[in-house]
Order: sequence, then structure tokens, then C-alpha cells
Amino acid sequence: MKKTHILGIIVIGIAIMIIVSTAGDASTYVSFDVAKELADEGNENLIHVVGTLKKDGEGNVVGIEKSRDLLSFAFVMVDNNAKEERVIYNEPMPADFMRSEQVVVIGSYKKDYFVADKILMKCPSKYQEEEVQVGSVL
Amino acid sequence: MHYFVGNLGHFLVIGAFVLSLVATYAYFQYTVSPELDKPKWKVYARGVFYLHGIAIIGVVSTLFYIINSHYFEYYYAYQHSSKLLPIYYQISCFWEGQEGSFLLWLFWNVLLGVIVINTNKFWEGPTMTVFSLVQAFLTSMILGIVLFDIKLGSSPFILLRDAISAPIFQINPDFVPEDGTGLNPLLQNYWMVIHPPTLFLGFATTMVPFAYALSGLWIGKLREWVRPALPWALFSTLVLGVGILMGAYWAYETLNFGGYWNWDPVENAIYVPWLILVGSVHVMIVFRKSNTALKAALILTITTFLSVLYATFLTRSGILGDSSVHSFTDLGLNGQLLIYLLAFVLLSIILLARAWKKMPSSEEEVSTYSREFWIFIGTTTLCLMGFQVIIPTSIPVYNAIVELFGGISNLAPPADQVGFYTKFQMWFAVAIAILSGTGQFFYWQKMNPQELKNALLMPVVVSLILSSTVIMVSKMTDPAYMVLLTASVYSIVANLKILSSVLKSNYRLSGGSIAHIGVAMMLIGILFSSGYSTIVSMNNTGLIWHKDFPEEVNRNNLLLFIHEPRDMGDYTLTYMGMRQIVREVPGYVQTEDLEALPILGKAKAKRDLIIEGTMYVKAGDTVSFINQENSYFEVKYVKDNGREFTLYPRVQINETMDMIVYSPDINRTIGQDLYTHVRTFPDPDDDIPWGDQEEKTVQVGEQFFVNDYVAQFEAVERIEELPQIDLGAEDVAIKAKIKLMGSFGDYIAEPIYLIKDKMVGRIPDQVNDLAARLTLLEVNPEENNFTFGVSTRQKDYIILEAVEKPLINILWVGTLLLVVGLTIAIHRRYGEFIKVRDKGVE
Repeated sequence: MKKTHILGIIVIGIAIMIIVSTAGDASTYVSFDVAKELADEGNENLIHVVGTLKKDGEGNVVGIEKSRDLLSFAFVMVDNNAKEERVIYNEPMPADFMRSEQVVVIGSYKKDYFVADKILMKCPSKYQEEEVQVGSVL
Repeated sequence: MHYFVGNLGHFLVIGAFVLSLVATYAYFQYTVSPELDKPKWKVYARGVFYLHGIAIIGVVSTLFYIINSHYFEYYYAYQHSSKLLPIYYQISCFWEGQEGSFLLWLFWNVLLGVIVINTNKFWEGPTMTVFSLVQAFLTSMILGIVLFDIKLGSSPFILLRDAISAPIFQINPDFVPEDGTGLNPLLQNYWMVIHPPTLFLGFATTMVPFAYALSGLWIGKLREWVRPALPWALFSTLVLGVGILMGAYWAYETLNFGGYWNWDPVENAIYVPWLILVGSVHVMIVFRKSNTALKAALILTITTFLSVLYATFLTRSGILGDSSVHSFTDLGLNGQLLIYLLAFVLLSIILLARAWKKMPSSEEEVSTYSREFWIFIGTTTLCLMGFQVIIPTSIPVYNAIVELFGGISNLAPPADQVGFYTKFQMWFAVAIAILSGTGQFFYWQKMNPQELKNALLMPVVVSLILSSTVIMVSKMTDPAYMVLLTASVYSIVANLKILSSVLKSNYRLSGGSIAHIGVAMMLIGILFSSGYSTIVSMNNTGLIWHKDFPEEVNRNNLLLFIHEPRDMGDYTLTYMGMRQIVREVPGYVQTEDLEALPILGKAKAKRDLIIEGTMYVKAGDTVSFINQENSYFEVKYVKDNGREFTLYPRVQINETMDMIVYSPDINRTIGQDLYTHVRTFPDPDDDIPWGDQEEKTVQVGEQFFVNDYVAQFEAVERIEELPQIDLGAEDVAIKAKIKLMGSFGDYIAEPIYLIKDKMVGRIPDQVNDLAARLTLLEVNPEENNFTFGVSTRQKDYIILEAVEKPLINILWVGTLLLVVGLTIAIHRRYGEFIKVRDKGVE
């Protein structure tokens, strides 16, 4: 066997390892129900849940609860299957959190709550202007 | 409405597109036609390409003219610019959008094309055919025409009314908005001015070696293309590398990302081509030295450019969607982008396959003691590094493919991106460090086991001593970090040894070792600044706010009430209040000392603004903000050893975009950076409720207490004018002036009492820093005193995170060395090309 062949085999081996590890470490987008099932089965992997903040009839966000020292907060999120869940986040509430149109929480269930490790927010008009503001025009 | 300029621009785009197609054809003919016809085609092809270049410059000027003249009837100007933007941000909003950034790319390509035309004798025809073809593809991205129901490109010259269906356009089609929505506040800093042009120059330059490689394949000059391509590949490595690091530095210094690299898909998408590019440079160098590795040089050079196209596809097609924080918005051009990518992949494969048989390949066994062997392994490591990053980064692509075939795929990127990538990249980095140290010995001299031993003994011993000292001093415990440190130190020592012997003979050859020292230093800088970054604001208050909350949580953030010192690690921190920057006063001004005026960008000083004994502004004078959106939080640090400093992390509140953007501030010392960023502060839109009002009756000159601070009732005066209230002849308005003595300085409160149309009105004044509000309730002429209402509330606060990043400067110094090394190498390789060219051989 030539050295180049051995090298080739090593390279292929590493490449396979990379692919397997990616498949193993990749997270998934799931609903709260599935996330709960996973947690009940003892699966502690972090998963992604996509949803929106719970709002009352007038469009006000409801269910926000800040800790006394303001360093963490909890909120109610509605996933794409319309299931509501309390999400706890151990970081102060980001300034434009209430304005977010869509929230992606990355985390897992711990006991009865979904604990987020990371929150991604999609804010309206953040990168795209959809409406023309006419009001300020004389 | 200014229709002409937009029509002109669109016409020039179409013209540029047609001209690039004609140039492709002409240069193709020039290349394939017999010797006799060549001069004719050459003149024609050049002329067309220059015209194309002029058209592109025309498009750029037109678009900039629209932005600069504030023609908000154009969507691009409306969406990316606004009236108040200074000229340098007008330049940056030029490339904020997809269309503008394509234009930037096109512009660089034109410039590079002109350079290639004027520096080559022999290669002009085939390389410029490739150039013109790439230009045709890129220009079509901004074409903005619809052919057979297919949208071809997105024009930057479309009118607002065609881009957005707002009701106002049905009433008045000629409606022109008064102002644009402005540049995204995240992007309003000087990095946005210099980072994109550098990065796009990097993108553009990867095309030059690609064009040489394809030309070589096409006209059968399978070996000769390397010589002219190598200096360009080195230049591209330099520019793209600097571009990437600028982005990293921008993210670190200005954006609130918390670090310089986050393994975000957009960052990854451009990191991978750079790795492959570096690999291609190495195999090209091997080829120049020993005529082996030709196939590898071709494949890697081509792959570099294709991976740039793939990166473009990832970041611009919208496919990254949820997984990235800063990809471009989707313009519905994914199909077009995909077709280009596939077209160039196919073209490259065909040309490669055609020439494959003719290429020399060595059948003999590669010796472990040859330079080829070591450089091959190094290049393979670089490619695997890239492979490891691109596989997970492409997860959204796999989902899209599965969905294309009707399946459902819900794969998401790894939840802990930093941890995931680090665990691989770190070991690759170890391999790179060891190889870049050892490989150099093989490169410069023929090796046998005995010589190798002699050469390596000193560097190995020295680096083991050095790194074990560092490990002990820094109390390093993680074995993986120890390995990386030792490998990097070894690389530095080994390359220093090479450098010293190379410098004795010819300094022109020193590029490689200097660049490798730079890379090893960068690795050490990254190791310490990331591996040993410590969150100093970590605090365990012992408060558990929820009984079900997991106990192992760390509190990374610190709550600071204004003027209340808190201990954090070795530091004592005090939040001193909000500050502003105004033109008239150097440094920062207390927000409390300014009263915003209804005129945009102006404020009135509430009192004399004196800094170090010099009075800059008198009370009542108008001052102008540099940028009214910005406020700064003054945070005072006192370290246990007595060192004091003040940081000013920033918040930018952009009303038009409804965005709140934070920006960190960094205290830099040689040994480490202390990085502070504010996570949140009371939303100025949510009013914190005031407590019950307490009444105080005092005479002028008397003192009283307001929220435990001493207040001095200084004066009462009648005022003639009030903003937004018309005072009639019968009306009366008086203003009380009260000085509040805070722990860190005085504040002025001026509540107003007025009688208008026989009705009493009261305008309270508040001092946010002291959380106090004063209302002039009653004027009692009989007793000659006044009654004030005093209310208080929760004090202002900020929540911040502070991180120490040790030895981060080694990373930046390493970057500089990499640049120096590459520059020396470019100089040498370009010299080689010029020599051969002027002999008339190529």
C-alpha cells in the first residue's frame, strides 16, 4: 500500500467522522409537544422551537414575568401548533423583545418549564421596510 | 419625480450586461482565432470591455447620485438612506442592499480586468473571456427585467411605488416620501464604510487565479498558468483575510455580539473559501518549486472561486433565514443564483475533464522527507477544516433539498455553535501549527532523518520550555489548550529559526516564515482571549427567583442602579448616568443637563457646561448633537489595585426602524481587554410609575430634601415664552429653579406654574438620575413661599455584562504579521511573473 493511499483512507475517515458528528450534534425544529416527549424520554439535547409571544385581544403581550433583580424573565410563547408554554430565560429581557414578530427559542424542558439557553428574535422592519410611513409627510 | 436619472441607470445596467456578453464573445474569438486575426479581435474586445467598464462606473455614479440627492421616489434611496446621513454613510448605504453590493463586486472586477489587461501580454484573451463571462452573470443579477415571466435580477433603480404597494400610491402616484428610512443603525459606523469594499475586493480577486486556471485548461497551458496566478492568489489571501478579520473586529468592537467570532453561517460561508484559497496558494508554491501537485493546484484554485459563489448563494438567497443573524433579505433570486453556481461548476468540470489525461501525475512513491509530502498534509488539513465548517453550515440547504422532493426535514444547526465548531477547529489548528513549523524545514532544505533531528531539536526544546513556563504562570489546566499553546509556540520558534537563516541570504524570501509566525500568534491570541475570557460580571446573589428554576444557572449580568457602587470581581463599578455627545463640548455631556428642542438634532443647555474649568456652553444656549440617536452610559471602574477608568457603552435608539441597538466599550491594556456591554436599561417608552407625591412648602433660598438629596430652592422667575403654549396678555407663567445636590454632582430642576385663560397649569420637571420629580403646586404670595410636590420612583439602572479577554492583542499583532508576510510574498512572486513576461515567453 502506498503512503498516499493510507493518507486517503485517513482523510476519508476524518470526513466521515465530521459528517457523523454533524448529524449527531444537529438540533431540530420541533413543537412544544414533541419537545416535552423528548424530555420525558430522558433526551436532554437542546432543540429549537419556533413561535410567537402570547398576546391578548388588543395585541398586547401578556404573561411576561421579570425576576426581582431583573436579570432573568419568563414569558408565554405560542408555538406553530398553537400550544402555549411558559419559557424561562436566564438573561435580562432584550430591549426589543416585546416587539418581536417571531421568536425562536433554543433549549429544553426542565421539569414543567421550557428553559431557553438562547433566544433568536425576528423583529418587524429590522432588515426590511414593508410599509411607507405617510404620517410624517407634510 | 426624477425619472431621467433612474432610466439612465437602468439603461446603463442593460448596456453593461449586453457589452459584457459581447466582450465574452470577442475575447473568445480573440483567443481561438488564428494569429493573423488576433490584433483585430484584440482591439475590438478591449474596446468592448472598456465600454462595459465605463457603463458599470456609470451605474455606480447614477445610483450614488440618487442616494446623494435624496430622491426618495426610488426604492433603493428610500430603503437604505435618509436625509440626515453624512456622506460616508451615504457611501455605506450604497452597499447595504444586495443590488449595491453586487455593483461593488462588479466595480472591483472591472478594475481588476483593467489591471489584468495591462499587465499581461499572453494571457489577456482567455482570462478576459472568463472575466467577461463572470461579469455577464453578475450584471444580470441587477438587470431587473422580466423575460418570459422570469424575473431576471433585481434593479436598484425601481421606483418606490413599483416596489411597495402602499395605499398612498393609489391616491397619488407621484407621492414622494419626505425622508428615507435610513441606514440600519447596526451598520452606522466606519466599519460599514471600509469592511464591505475590502471583503468584496477579496471576493473579486479570487476570480483572477480562477480565470488563469480555466485559461490554462482551455488553451492547454496546463503548467504556465500558475506563475501569473500565484501573486494574485496571495493578494486575494491577503485582502480576503483582512476583510474577514475586519468583520471580526467590527463585531467585537462595535456590535453587541459579545465576541469577534460566533460561527454564524454568514461568517462560516466566507471563512471556508479563505481556507481553500490558502490551501491553493500552498500547492501552487509546491508546483512552482518542484513541478508536482498540478492537479491539486487546479482543483483548489477552481474550488476557491466556486466556494465564493456558494457563499454568495448561501448569504443572498435567503436560505439561511432563521439560522443567521445577518444574512441579506431574500430578493427572490435564488433560482438565478443557483443557476450561476451550477453553470460555473459544470464549466469547470468539463474543462478539467478535458485536460485531465494530459496532466502529469507522478506515480512514484512520495517520500515522507519531501517538502511535497508535508505541504500536502498541511493543505489537506486546511481543506478538512473547511469541510468541517461547510457541512453543518449547509444544513438549511439539506432541508430545502428534502422539501424540494416533497419530504419534511426539520434539521436545525447545532444548538451550541461555538462549542460544536471549536471542538474540531481547535485540533485542526494544532495540526496547522505543527505542520507550519515543521514543513518550513522541509521546504528550505533536503531532509534526511539525521538532519531533521538536528533541525528540530532546538525549536522543540525551546518551545517546550517556553510553553511550560506559560502554562505554569497562567495556571492552565485544560490539556487541549496546553497542546494548542505548545504547538503554536513551536510554530513561532521554528519559523523564527527559518526566518533568521532566510534573512541572511535574501529578505525577499522571508514572506512565508513571517506569515506563519503571524498565524501562530493569531492562534495564541484566540486561545487566550476566547478560551480564557472570563465574565467578571458573574454574580451569585443567592436569590432564586423561581423555586423550579434549575440551580446550576449562572448570572452573567450585573444590575447597576445609578450612583450605587457594586463590587464585581476585582472591580468596583458605578453607573454614573446617561451621557450625550454634542458638537460644542469636548467629551461627554450629562443627558440631564440638556433639554431636547423640537428642532431635530438640537438641544438647550439647562446650565453652564463647564469641563475642567473651561466653559463651553452657557445655560440656555443651543447645542447640536453629533447623532441624536446615540446615548452613552457612563460606567466608572475602580480596580482593587487602584487603577481607575471609565467606559461609555452606547445605546442607539432608532425611531424610524423601531430598533434599540447597543454597542460595547472596551478598556484596552497591553495584557487584556475589558469589554463591557449593556444588556438592557429601562425602556424610555415604558414610564416607570411615580410614587405618592409629598408636599414641601419653602421660601426662595431655603433647602429641603428630595429623595434624600439636598435641594436648594434658588430662584423664581417669570417667563415670557413657553414651547408649544401661546401665552396671552392676561396669562402668567413662572419657573422655579431648584438645584439638587446628588452624590456625584448637581442637577437643575425647573418646574413651571402657569395661569392661562384663568386656569392653573403645572408642568413638572424631573431629574432621572435622582429619580425625582418636582411640581410647583402652589404660589402663596401672603406667606411669601411656594409649595412643591415631590415624587420619587425606582432609580435608573442598567444591566451590563463585563468580560475580560486576555492577550487579545496577540491576535491583532499576528494579523499584522500575516499581512506583512503575505505582502513580501506577493512582491516576490509578482517579480517572478514580470521577469518571465518581459522575456516574452508568456
